[in-house]
Amino acid sequence: MASRIERSPLIDWWRTIDRVLLGLILTLMLAGIILCLAGSPAVADRLGLPQFHFVKRQILFMVPAAVVMLLVSFMTPRHVRRAALLVYLGALGLVFIALLWGVEVKGARRWVNFAGMSIQPSEFLKPAFVVLVAWAFSEGGKRKDLPGNIIGFVLLFSTLVPVALQPDIGQTGLMAICWGGLVFLSGLHIFWVVGFSGVGVVGLAAAYKFLPHVKARIDRFSDKQSGDTFQVDNAYESFMQGGWFGKGPGEGTIKRILPDSHTDFIFAVTAEEFGIIICLVVLLLFMIVVLRGLVLARRNDDPFCRLAAAGLVMLFGVQSVINMAVNVQLMPAKGMTLPFISYGGSSLISLALGMGFLLAVTRKRPRAETFTPEPYAAYQAPFAGERA
Amino acid sequence: MLDRSAYPDPRHDQHDAPKPLHDEAGKGFLAGLFSMRMDKSRQRLIFVALIFFGLYGAIASRLVHYARNPETTQVLRRASGESIAAARPDIVDRNGVVLATDIKMMSVYAEPRRIIDKDEAVELITAIFPDIKPRDLREKLINRRGFVWIKREVTPKQQEEVYRLGLPGIGFMAEHKRVYPNGNAASHILGAVNVDNVGIAGIEKYVDSLGLADLGGAGFSVQADDLQPVRLSIDLAVQHALRDELAKGIVKYKAKASAGMIMDVETGEVMALASLPDFDPNNPAEALDPNRINRMTVGVYEMGSTFKALTIAMGLDSGKININSTLDARSDLKSGKYSIGDYHATHRVLSVPEVFIHSSNIGTARIALSVGVSAHQAFLRKMGQLERLRTELPESAEPIWPQKNWGELSTMTIAFGHGLAVAPIQAVMAVGALVNGGRLIPPTFLPRTEAKAREVAREVIKPETSEALRFVMRLNATKGSATKAAIPGYFVGGKTGTAEKNAHGHYQKDKLFTTFMAITPADKPRYLYLVVMDEPQALPETYGFATAGWNAGPVTGAVLERTAPLLGQVPRTDPPANPFPTMVKLGAWGTK
Repeated sequence: MASRIERSPLIDWWRTIDRVLLGLILTLMLAGIILCLAGSPAVADRLGLPQFHFVKRQILFMVPAAVVMLLVSFMTPRHVRRAALLVYLGALGLVFIALLWGVEVKGARRWVNFAGMSIQPSEFLKPAFVVLVAWAFSEGGKRKDLPGNIIGFVLLFSTLVPVALQPDIGQTGLMAICWGGLVFLSGLHIFWVVGFSGVGVVGLAAAYKFLPHVKARIDRFSDKQSGDTFQVDNAYESFMQGGWFGKGPGEGTIKRILPDSHTDFIFAVTAEEFGIIICLVVLLLFMIVVLRGLVLARRNDDPFCRLAAAGLVMLFGVQSVINMAVNVQLMPAKGMTLPFISYGGSSLISLALGMGFLLAVTRKRPRAETFTPEPYAAYQAPFAGERA
Repeated sequence: MLDRSAYPDPRHDQHDAPKPLHDEAGKGFLAGLFSMRMDKSRQRLIFVALIFFGLYGAIASRLVHYARNPETTQVLRRASGESIAAARPDIVDRNGVVLATDIKMMSVYAEPRRIIDKDEAVELITAIFPDIKPRDLREKLINRRGFVWIKREVTPKQQEEVYRLGLPGIGFMAEHKRVYPNGNAASHILGAVNVDNVGIAGIEKYVDSLGLADLGGAGFSVQADDLQPVRLSIDLAVQHALRDELAKGIVKYKAKASAGMIMDVETGEVMALASLPDFDPNNPAEALDPNRINRMTVGVYEMGSTFKALTIAMGLDSGKININSTLDARSDLKSGKYSIGDYHATHRVLSVPEVFIHSSNIGTARIALSVGVSAHQAFLRKMGQLERLRTELPESAEPIWPQKNWGELSTMTIAFGHGLAVAPIQAVMAVGALVNGGRLIPPTFLPRTEAKAREVAREVIKPETSEALRFVMRLNATKGSATKAAIPGYFVGGKTGTAEKNAHGHYQKDKLFTTFMAITPADKPRYLYLVVMDEPQALPETYGFATAGWNAGPVTGAVLERTAPLLGQVPRTDPPANPFPTMVKLGAWGTK
């Protein structure tokens, strides 16, 4: 370890970064590659691709993902905000391009072809959106001249409407949940918290009523006999076959017929081959990342950093919870990937970006740098009075 | 940490100039509603962390639950909605002879998800079971369910062959198959079960209603050994004899159908009940043919002259007439545009016993009129003829009668058994009450003691009236239309009934429904016999007659001759000394 007298960006980074979080995320990335070895060859076989096609690509994406994450983690909060703004504008533009000229896959326009690669811009929208909302709310909390609340609402609609139009109800819901979480954390009156929960319920009811595939999925979840429960049934069978210790790597059979065994249902394949104990370990990794992230957010004295960290953790956590809950049949089927474990280039880079932001905003900062006591004294009294 | 959150956070980025949260006083509630309170975020973060902890905890507990409860194929099958044939109790007759029992059979099932080569599986399996269509089987196997039946109840040889195929994902399960060793003999009583061993008709369905289905549904694999057999009131030997004689009768008289039953009038126990054509409960699909219904309980018929017994009983019991009353049968009875005449016309004044043995429509109609319309209706209701009779058999039928417009004409025709259609078992119950001393006892297919029968019985007529009915029925067997059933030694009494079948609102002269009721012994009846025949034909030896006395009567006689010894009736060479003392005392017609 370098001496504290030496100052270089790299050493500063190493000293201030949360190494627990970094280690956990890198572990998850590695786990993603190992589990991809279990889940994807069967899918590759079915699609007539070379057996390790998806594994190779996963590793191929893992490298830039790690680089993106590490580079982003060097940023200061100000850089984070700017980067988020840039990514947000770029991704939103691409979302519109996808809507207008995108390739339609399974009835949805989510993909744009860019330099020989197809990317899913809504993936990149997510972390940038969360950072911007955190910014808006934290500024709104401090500054009267900046209408933070209004910006927060504008961001919500400008982001969710195009994504919902794709349609991508999963991502829309995910972002809505994170936005709601940020509103809650911003200390908005409990009236709004209740109100937005109500809007959420109404939104869900509307989705059930007006979107046939949402209705079908919920119906299937509530009534097992009602129709095609192929994926869910097979996921269930995977857990049954796997038991505590699994059948062993490569020994899985259900994965051969699970269509999304390398993406949405990788958790079930993990159970079949590596056992439910390994599933619990993966679950524990996610839980520690989330709880660690929330602890770091709570410790952070800067409102923006606190909100941004909490928002990014929620994004990551909610996504992992939804994926695993669908796998163990606690929720109706919803296309949601398991962060870092599921195969998917766009998703991987976007997650790396988000985790990079998280690492950046949770870096330890010298307090003196931000401590400005004079203006503070001016408003301490009325506030304390209200408290009493 | 906590103290710090008690006051607003003083530390911000340098470029963010901090400003008071509430710089103007008096904004009140509305301002509070819209303000962001960053100081709250720390507490609320704890709340968020707790939610996440709970969510991950829920998923983890589900995972642990999965690991600890690895489900077997059994459970998988239930999840996929397939059912398995559960054990059922044996059904035995009153002497303990087995009527229905379970045997273990192997069934072949598939778990389509585990079958590797579906085409190969289809090819090999259909080679063993040629009756399975390859297309159907392929459809089953590409199905996404965890469990499908391939073939229920296979032979040991077929099982061996399938086993030797060595196909993964194909398995065997022991199931219970219902067998009826006596075939058709008691089919309408026993009913049938479906392939899942669930009762779908007859006593089998009744047994399920006792709670077996619930047990099976709750997942208890009930063993046949644990189940108490269900004992019926039926006597298999009597049942067989009844069915055999009915079958002979159908052939001889070229009838469309025939049915009969024997009831113990002291207890209401049905000793035998058959309805031909019937079916083999081992092949319950036969029962679907509408011609194979149980004519004793499901069919409703105008019972014809057998109903005259009810009318005479009503007249005697009401006191409007006595056994020595005379009724004018010299000319037809007119009612509006209708005219009621006698088939065996006598054109003279008749006594009550004569009305009965000559089966005088005019006489009975006059008796009913003397009692009155509403009393007639009330009497029939009391006798259980206007309401659906329910027994253990789930199959029953509602009587058909003029509910809205029961006028004098209805009373006149119903008096001699037209205009009211009842299930024959209902008429048996009523006639049983007429001859057993006046106690109406609902029929049952389960054993019942006389003591128990007295508890459920209802007094409907006086014992003297009952004696009069026994007397006229006996008289009818010696002097009237029931002579063909009067088997010597059993002191038989009886009544014929012939009704023209009603089709499209018209009575058809050539399509008859004949009935015959017999009691033995008439001095103290124990068993009541009923035989009905649907469209029996006239034969040369019946001198061109097709009325009940010529077909249902002799068939009843044959049944009685065969079954009375089985039922413990001892033939008497000498008739009883004074069988009808009251009738003698009254000096009734025919006692001299």
